[in-house]
Amino acid sequence: MKDLLKALAAATMLGLAAAGTAQAQDPTKACFIYVGPIGDFGWTYQHHQGLLQLEKEMGDAVETAYLESVPEGADAERAIERFARSGCDIIFTTSFGYMDATNKVAGRFADVKFEHATGYKREHPNVSTYNSKFHEGRYIQGVIAAKMSKAGVAGYIASFPIPEVVMGINAFVLGAQSVNPDFKVKVVWANTWFDPGKEADAAKALIDQGVDIITQHTDSTAPMQVAAERGIKAFGQASDMIKFGPQTQLTAIVDEWAPYYVERVKAVRDGTWQQQDVWAGLKEGHVVMAPYTNMPDDVKALAEETEEKIRSGAFNPFTGPINKQDGTAWLAEGEVADDKTLLGMNFYVEGVDDQLPK
Amino acid sequence: MRIELVKRPQHSAMFSALSPFIALALTLGAGAIMFALMGKDPLEALYYFFIDPLRETWSLHELAVKAAPLILIAVGLAVCYLSNNWNIGAEGQFIIGAILGSMLPVMFPELQSWIVLPLMLLMGILGGAAYAAIPALLKTRFNTNEILTSLMLVYVAQLFLDWIVRGPWRNPEGFNFPETRNFHSYAILPEIWPASGRAHWGFVFAILAALALWFVLSRTLKGFEVKVIGQSPRAGRFAGFSRARMVIFAFLVSGALAGLAGISEVSGAIGQLRPSISPGYGFAAIIVAFLGRLNPLGIIAAGLVLALSYLGGEAAQISIGVTDKVARSFQGMLLFFVLACDMLIHYRIRISRPVRAIGGEARAHV
Repeated sequence: MKDLLKALAAATMLGLAAAGTAQAQDPTKACFIYVGPIGDFGWTYQHHQGLLQLEKEMGDAVETAYLESVPEGADAERAIERFARSGCDIIFTTSFGYMDATNKVAGRFADVKFEHATGYKREHPNVSTYNSKFHEGRYIQGVIAAKMSKAGVAGYIASFPIPEVVMGINAFVLGAQSVNPDFKVKVVWANTWFDPGKEADAAKALIDQGVDIITQHTDSTAPMQVAAERGIKAFGQASDMIKFGPQTQLTAIVDEWAPYYVERVKAVRDGTWQQQDVWAGLKEGHVVMAPYTNMPDDVKALAEETEEKIRSGAFNPFTGPINKQDGTAWLAEGEVADDKTLLGMNFYVEGVDDQLPK
Repeated sequence: MRIELVKRPQHSAMFSALSPFIALALTLGAGAIMFALMGKDPLEALYYFFIDPLRETWSLHELAVKAAPLILIAVGLAVCYLSNNWNIGAEGQFIIGAILGSMLPVMFPELQSWIVLPLMLLMGILGGAAYAAIPALLKTRFNTNEILTSLMLVYVAQLFLDWIVRGPWRNPEGFNFPETRNFHSYAILPEIWPASGRAHWGFVFAILAALALWFVLSRTLKGFEVKVIGQSPRAGRFAGFSRARMVIFAFLVSGALAGLAGISEVSGAIGQLRPSISPGYGFAAIIVAFLGRLNPLGIIAAGLVLALSYLGGEAAQISIGVTDKVARSFQGMLLFFVLACDMLIHYRIRISRPVRAIGGEARAHV
């Protein structure tokens, strides 16, 4: 018992000592809140890769910590507050559902910087938001799908009908129709971000309905594996999933968070951190296409050309003329959608063979 | 030598009191071994798990936030389980209570008055109770298995919540994201002591509910009825107690408390409805009810211990870098040891030497 007390006292003192010596020369502490397990090979995995890259690039200048599988809701606020109190200089909250919790805690800890992924609320000067233009990659995937598919129909495994996912479906359809105006997309709503069983079932159901290309906006590798078993082609999501379908993956949209994390942590260290709202894509290297594989050279060339067009800014996937699903005009010839409409998108463009869940 | 379990003629009062503590000690011991195997200092790990979250005021507040729904739901479940009604659907009653309670601030945000909050709490209670009445009526009318019906209704409630926040109740200013508008200030359950942390009145409700049910169960005829029907329905019938009425009573009480927990959580801790509002409180409360030995006062303690294990799991993740799965194994071990130690109440352990050991030839074994 005496030893236990001693140990407790020692641990307490260590804690105090650590708090007392926090100086500018000390490592900058960057902390991450994850919604899933770091081994999901999708969304959370990629954020954690960003953390690892951050450690590698900044070495002793940075100290990191993370909490995985933090539920969205009341638990998130506690987890973020714990980080804020434990001496973190900058806290990355990497899921949309942490939005209000992040802002609430930010109001109480003015000295700590907060970076919220995929949200839109910046209620305090110490809150920034960041997200990536994944739809740029989806447009390229649509182009490839229309070139590769013999059936002329692709299967799309979607998570939740939020603007980002709807935007992705639309971009994919627009890309495909730029090659084949009659191209069809079948959508299955899995209502989950990560559930390998459900995602596999969705992939099987789609293949049974005759699609010969699968793409997904969910985070597990299950659809890729099902596509590999059935001998059709598929696109990876969030990370390069080529290991799970060496003969199957055409390309993957890779979320590359590391450059952003390094930039922001360095900004905190230099004292140049400013509130901002970042929505970056291929151009900034936040969205990266995995190598184009398992396709003929002409398709590969077209994909690369499309990628280059988007990267250089010469082309925006949402450029008119585009009609809404019901045939009414949305964008006139040459008109480009503004970011605000895209970030709140709740309608399909013409050609999507699905009813948007309301 | 061998170890035997011998049934006690009557249950042991001493072990009734001691068994939770033995279980706790065994959990700590097994936990220390687990940490040692992971290459962590067991003392340091246990310190972060069980002491660190108690060191600071804000963290105690968080403990209360986490424990409040667990205790509120679990005391209601105790009434069910004592009367032999297996309500597994508290999670669904929690959600429906939260939805019905949120109706005013979501649908009529312009109604800003002190009357809003009491009405919300009342509607939360009614919503939870009404939702629990479904499996109760199915059981009394059609003799269905309430374990299945109450459990399946959880999924119905979850999908209903999912639908309503994506559809009719979606925040018009929220960029189409699936969540309702934020509650206005009259619809927020206040914090008990705002200067020091964010524990809200839900914790007070939990303690009051536990005290009230403790009184009912141990001091009133209704409490006696609950226990008699639970232990011996036949004896209950002879005493003139109605089994059907007890089914309804138990489900209504536990549904009402789960509904109150739901609206308190949404109004006090979250401030809006979202596709998921509970990390499984309704199921974790089943563990809490049994850890607390179905006694409302024990449930207060059990709720705090389970809440502590969540907080400690986070503290340990941050400070010594163990995964969140460790917290889950801790909770599993705790439940296992509690149930295992309860055996000591009805059985005693006898260590006996085989009779043959007295004889000369058996010496060889020694």
